[in-house]
Amino acid sequence: MKLKLHIWRQKSTQDKGKMVTYEVDGIIEDMSFLEMLDVLNEKLILNEEEPVAFDHDCREGICGACSLTINGIPHGPEKETTICQLHMRHFKDGDEIYVEPFRARAFPVLRDLVTDRTAFDRIMQAGGFVSANTGGIPDANAIPISKKDADLAMDNAACIGCGACVAACKNASAMLFVSAKVAQYAYLPQGQTERKRRVLNMVAQMDREGFGNCTNYYECEAVCPKGISVASIALMNRDFLRASLSEEKALDR
Amino acid sequence: MTLDSKIPSGPLAEKWDRHRFDMKLINPANKRKYSVIVVGTGLAGASAAATMAELGYNVTALCYNDSARRAHSIAAQGGINAAKNYQNDGDSIWRLFYDTVKGGDYRSREANVYRLAQVSNNIIDQCVAQGVPFAREYGGYLDNRSFGGAQVSRTFYARGQTGQQLLLGAYSALMRQVGLGKVDLYTRHEMMDVVLVDGHARGIVARDMVTGKVQSFAADAVILATGGYSNVYFLSTNAIACNVTAAYRAYKKGAAFANPAFVQIHPTCIPVSGEHQSKLTLMSESLRNDGRIWVPKKKGETRNPNDIPEDERDYYLERKYPSFGNLSPRDISSRSAKEVCDEGRGVGPTGYGVYLDFRDAINRLGRDVIEARYGNLFQMYERITGEDPYQVPMRIYPALHYTMGGLWVDYNLMSTIPGLHVLGEANFSDHGANRLGASALMQGLADGYFVIPYTIGDYLAKSGGGEKVTTDHPEFKKAEEDVRARIGKLLDLNGSRTVVSIHRELGHIMWNYVGMARNEEGLKKALEQIPKLREEFWENAKVVGDGESVNQALERAGRVADFLEFAELLVYDALNREESCGGHFREEYQTEDGEALRNDEDYAYVAAWEFTGVGEKPILHKEPLEFENVKLQTRSYK
Repeated sequence: MKLKLHIWRQKSTQDKGKMVTYEVDGIIEDMSFLEMLDVLNEKLILNEEEPVAFDHDCREGICGACSLTINGIPHGPEKETTICQLHMRHFKDGDEIYVEPFRARAFPVLRDLVTDRTAFDRIMQAGGFVSANTGGIPDANAIPISKKDADLAMDNAACIGCGACVAACKNASAMLFVSAKVAQYAYLPQGQTERKRRVLNMVAQMDREGFGNCTNYYECEAVCPKGISVASIALMNRDFLRASLSEEKALDR
Repeated sequence: MTLDSKIPSGPLAEKWDRHRFDMKLINPANKRKYSVIVVGTGLAGASAAATMAELGYNVTALCYNDSARRAHSIAAQGGINAAKNYQNDGDSIWRLFYDTVKGGDYRSREANVYRLAQVSNNIIDQCVAQGVPFAREYGGYLDNRSFGGAQVSRTFYARGQTGQQLLLGAYSALMRQVGLGKVDLYTRHEMMDVVLVDGHARGIVARDMVTGKVQSFAADAVILATGGYSNVYFLSTNAIACNVTAAYRAYKKGAAFANPAFVQIHPTCIPVSGEHQSKLTLMSESLRNDGRIWVPKKKGETRNPNDIPEDERDYYLERKYPSFGNLSPRDISSRSAKEVCDEGRGVGPTGYGVYLDFRDAINRLGRDVIEARYGNLFQMYERITGEDPYQVPMRIYPALHYTMGGLWVDYNLMSTIPGLHVLGEANFSDHGANRLGASALMQGLADGYFVIPYTIGDYLAKSGGGEKVTTDHPEFKKAEEDVRARIGKLLDLNGSRTVVSIHRELGHIMWNYVGMARNEEGLKKALEQIPKLREEFWENAKVVGDGESVNQALERAGRVADFLEFAELLVYDALNREESCGGHFREEYQTEDGEALRNDEDYAYVAAWEFTGVGEKPILHKEPLEFENVKLQTRSYK
C-alpha cells in the first residue's frame, strides 16, 4: 500500500519544529508501524535526508520505549497495543497518517519524535521503591499474601512507563503512572512501612516536574497499553489524603 | 595470556562459603573512597549498581536507553528458577546444579554453576522483599511451575512478564540509590571503549547520544553488564539496539572472549514474514505443553492446514522422540524444524515455518481452559500475524534468542583484564553450550546481587589498579581521540547502501552458515564472505547527519561495524570446535540417528580467544573443564 505521512520534525529541543509530509510506497500489511517507518528512513538516508528519529527498542510491547502519537492518539487506534505492536493491516492504501511525539511540557522533545521522559525516573527516585537492601531478608514464603492482593499488585506493576497516559491527558497529568506504582506497593505487605512517605514524596516530585492534575477525563486509561485502571488514581488520592493528615511529611528535596 | 579460573579449593558445596571468608574486606567507612563504573542497567547491571551503592561504594552507571527500566531483561516471559523446593517435589541446590551442568552439555564450570544454584534462593527472597508480585496460590504462598522440560517445579513467575517485574525490582533499588546520591546515572550514554592504565581497567569512554559529547569516566574498577550478541544474526528476539560493542571493545583491549559459537536458538518464535522484518518475537515455550508440532508429509503442500487429514500430517517430534515429544529440548526442537523445512515441507508464505496446533488440546480441554492458560500469548500472536490461533494452527520457526558465550571471567567474575568484571549474559560463565529455560534471569541477578558485591571488594582491598587516576591521564585522552576519530570515520561514509542493509546481509551469512547446523565448508565460506562485507561497509555504506545531536543512523553504524568484526571471531570458534554440543551442532559430528556427538576427550574445555588484529585469526587459549562431581553422559530424549 501507499501512504501519505505527516511527521513531526524537530532538530533539537530549542528548534521550533514542524510537520513534514512524506510518501511511502510498498508497505505490506504484515509490517509493524515501526517497520513502516524503517522503510521511510531507509529511503530518506539514500536521498541524503536525515532519518526520522523515534524511540524504540524491544519491539514487542514491553520495554515502553516507543512513544508515538498516531492521528492524535498515543500508541494509535488499537486498544491495549503499543505502537511497536500495531501492524499496518489496520491501515489501508491511500491513508493519510499524522505522526507526532508524546506531547507534554514535562516531556521535552529531544529530536523529531524522541522525548525526554526522565521526569518519570525522578518520580521513582523520590519514592517508587521498597527500602530493602540486598541481603538479610526473610524467606520469601515467610509472609503469605492473598492471591487477590498479589494479582491486584501485578495489575498495577504491569505499567511499562511509556508515558502515553501523560500524552493523552489534556492536563498532561502523570497520575495514572504514579498511582500504578503507589497501588502496586499498597496492595503488598512489603509496601506498608513506607506507604505514607511514598505517596507524599512521589506526588510532590510529580508536581515539581510540571505534570498537571487529574480532572477525571480517563483518557489515560483509554490509551494505556497495559490496561491500568483509573481505580488506582482513586486509591492514590485516598492514600495521599490520609498521609497528608498524618504526621508524615514529604521530604524537602 | 593465562587463564586462571581461581576456583577455590575444597568440596564443591563449601567453595563459595570458604571463598567469602578468604576474601579481603573493606571497612564500611573506607568503601566510600572507592568508585566503580557499571555499564548496562539490565538485571545484572542494575542489581550490581544498587547493591554496591548500598554497601557504600560510589557508583557510576550508564545505559543507552532513555531509562534504566528499559533494558532487554524486561522481555523475558517465562520465569526464574530457584532451588527452594517449595513444592516438596525433590528439588535441591544439588539438583539445580546438576540439571544446569547437564543442560549445558558439560561445557560449564562446576564451581560457578554450584554457586549459582546456591544463591538462587536468596534471589527469590530479595525480589519478594522489594515488592515483586510473583504469582501466588490461594493460600498466599508462592506458586511454581515446571519449565523447559524440568522434572521439578522450580520456576517462579509473574504472569508472562517475569523479566519485566524482576527488572523493575532492580530498577527501583537503583532509583533509590540515585535519589540518595550514591549512584550517578547516565542514560542515553553508550560506552565506546574501555580505558586501561598500567594494564588495569580504570575507566571508559562514552558518547552522550543526545549531544554527541564524547566523555571519559574514571574509577577504581569497571563492570560490564552489557548483554548478549544475538543481533550479530540481524534477526533475533533481542531488542533492536542490543549489541556487542562494549564486550568487543574490551576484547580488542585484551579481554579473552570465551565460546562465542555457543548461541541459543529458540524453537517457538513467530516466523519471518519478509525482508522488511526488523526483529523476531518469541512465543513462550510453555505453548509446547499443549500444542502439537507438525508439518505436512507432502512437499509443497498448499491446502489449508485444517483440510489436511490426520494421516497426511507428520508430527515429527512425537515420531522421533516419543518420550519427550513436543517438549524436547530447545536445540533438538529447533534443529528438527530446520530439517523438515530444508526438505521442502515447511509451511507459510516463506516455507520456513512449522505448525503448532492446538486443535486437539481445544477438543480435549475446551477453549476456556486453553484461553486461561495461553490467552495473552494467543492475543499477541494474532496481533502480529492477523491469524486466529483458535481457528488455524500457529506457525512457528526457530530464532536466535540468547548467547551463552561471552567475555571470559574467573570465579570472581573478572575478565583477563585486571579490574574489568563482566556480569550476566555478557560473560560466558554458567550455561555451558546450552542454557535452560528460566535460568538467564537467575544468573543475571545472582551475579549482580550476590556475587560481584563480594568479589569486587576483594579486588579493591588488594589495592586493585593502584593509585587513583583521573580522566586527565593520557590514556583517557588517547582513548577519547580514538573514539572521536572513529565517529568521524563513520560520519564520512557516503556510499550507496544503508547500514541496515549491510547488517541484514551479515545476518543472512550468519544464519545460513553459522546457524542451527554448521559444517566446515559453510564456516569457511562465512570466513570468506564476512571480510568482504566488512570492506563493503567501509567503502559503500552511507551515514547521514552529524555527530552533535541525536543520530540513530550513526549509533547503528557503530554497532554494525563491531558486529562485522565480531562475526569472524564467532566463526573461528565454531570452526575450531570439532564436536556437536548444546547449541553448537556440527553436521560432521553426529550419531547415525542424527543426534549431537560430543567429544569430551578433545573438547571438554572453554575456548577463550585473544585478539590479534582485525581480520587476523585470534589465538586460542584453553581452560580445561574438570568434572569432579558429575559424570559426563550423553543426553538422550528418545
